[in-house]
Amino acid sequence: MSKQDIHYSPRRIGAIVLRHLYLMRTSWPRVLEMVYWPTVQMILWGFITLFLKENSHYVAQAAGILLSAVLLWDVLFRSQLGIALVFMEEMWSRNLGHLFVSPLRPYEMVSALIVMSLIRTLIGIGGAALVAIPLFHYNIFDMGLPLIAFFFNLIAMGWAVGLLVSGIVLRYGLGAESVAWIAVFAIQPLCAIYYPVSTLPHWLQPVAWALPASHVFEGMRELLLQGTFNMHYLVNAMLLNILYLGGGIAAFLGYFRAARRRGLLLQIGE
Amino acid sequence: MSLDTSKDTVIEVSSLYKHFDQVTAINGLDFTARRGVTTALLGGNGAGKTTTIAMLLGLLLPSSGNIRILGEDMLKHRHRLLHRMNFSSPYVDLPQRLTVRQNLTVFGHLYRLPALKQRIAKLAEDLNLSQLLDRPYGKLSAGQKTRVSLAKSLINEPEVLLLDEPTASLDPDTADAIRTHLEQYQQRTGASILLASHNMTEVERMCSDVIMLRAGKVVDTGSPDALLARYGRTSMEEVFIDIARDRAPQ
Repeated sequence: MSKQDIHYSPRRIGAIVLRHLYLMRTSWPRVLEMVYWPTVQMILWGFITLFLKENSHYVAQAAGILLSAVLLWDVLFRSQLGIALVFMEEMWSRNLGHLFVSPLRPYEMVSALIVMSLIRTLIGIGGAALVAIPLFHYNIFDMGLPLIAFFFNLIAMGWAVGLLVSGIVLRYGLGAESVAWIAVFAIQPLCAIYYPVSTLPHWLQPVAWALPASHVFEGMRELLLQGTFNMHYLVNAMLLNILYLGGGIAAFLGYFRAARRRGLLLQIGE
Repeated sequence: MSLDTSKDTVIEVSSLYKHFDQVTAINGLDFTARRGVTTALLGGNGAGKTTTIAMLLGLLLPSSGNIRILGEDMLKHRHRLLHRMNFSSPYVDLPQRLTVRQNLTVFGHLYRLPALKQRIAKLAEDLNLSQLLDRPYGKLSAGQKTRVSLAKSLINEPEVLLLDEPTASLDPDTADAIRTHLEQYQQRTGASILLASHNMTEVERMCSDVIMLRAGKVVDTGSPDALLARYGRTSMEEVFIDIARDRAPQ
């Protein structure tokens, strides 16, 4: 196979990752932003937990239930933001024209966005989770292996939303960039983060069960309240995520092709 | 206009159309560009030069028509061809916060180049960028940025180089240095260059062939000397104006 025939090149993916690591290295506000909000959120909910532990039977059963929910929700939010912000960096720097006259393929770009999202999420949530240990004597890593399953299911859903959002911003221009910040909040009430799906009205519950995150948070609650890890939730979340991620990738590639039809790769603006 | 499809042809465009909703940007374009020479793609604002270059690079999909580059169908084998091509334009930026070296390193990896450090050092030496390698791209002057953009476009030693106004907004000294470097590169490698420019001095100096566009169509072709003779003019600027204003050859 000649150099030109390589359809999927880890080196090209690495080039895009390297470009964003260079950027992070030269811009401390970007790194601070990754850690700042997850940590602020964690501190706020940590104090709420301390208060509710004395006043709520539900929270007293498992003191870490709110903090776990906050940190895991941020995995989803940060991962989708990680994809969208990294992609928008290319639009802000008007660099897409150069990138896509190189042999970089759109699905290699998708892979690079996913790697960067993983790095950014680990930095942001990892930092907040570590701060929670001395501050609130709460260690999310005590969840053990199920935490890994929760983490990857939420991050995968975040990738799916992030790719869809990136495609929309590519197609409709940087005027649509606020979608990156608000998209995931549209589904937040349905994800059963702080309350069970059964709290929702009956007609909304099927919608909630169609979201991978709802299965993750129900599984998290069962683990923390009853000490059992329900594989049923995990399998459902994984199957849904396969559909979501496939849909997210297809949407991004579809919007990318539309951008090529409309000449948007050279004319990025509002 | 007949197509020259001999082995000396490096770019063949036939029956190319591009419509944006109700607007026809490219209206049945046919032209060829020869191997190893610089071909000028000229036309007034909105004539279709940048649209044509974007389609040659695969950044823009044509509505219909054919593009063959280096004997291969661009629409089918885009990624195979992009290894052998490159592009520079002052209107497409590189990341501002990255240093020159970091930018060139990223693009070197995208082209999967061997001995990348040596390649960057050589390009920096050739384009007088050695002192700038560790400065952020965003802090460079317009002339320095153009040299970096040119270094990026030469990093993979392209056989086909597409340049969109490579010396726009440069002072005469810097513009001359860029042209000299391009001429030397072409002599050394035998590369083919397609040059969109509004600078007729540049065209007369660098280009063996000229393709004139108006309203998305080829309206005339020939060498600069042939066009000067056909229009009875002494400069390409006058020829450009004649063609842009639809005046017939004298």
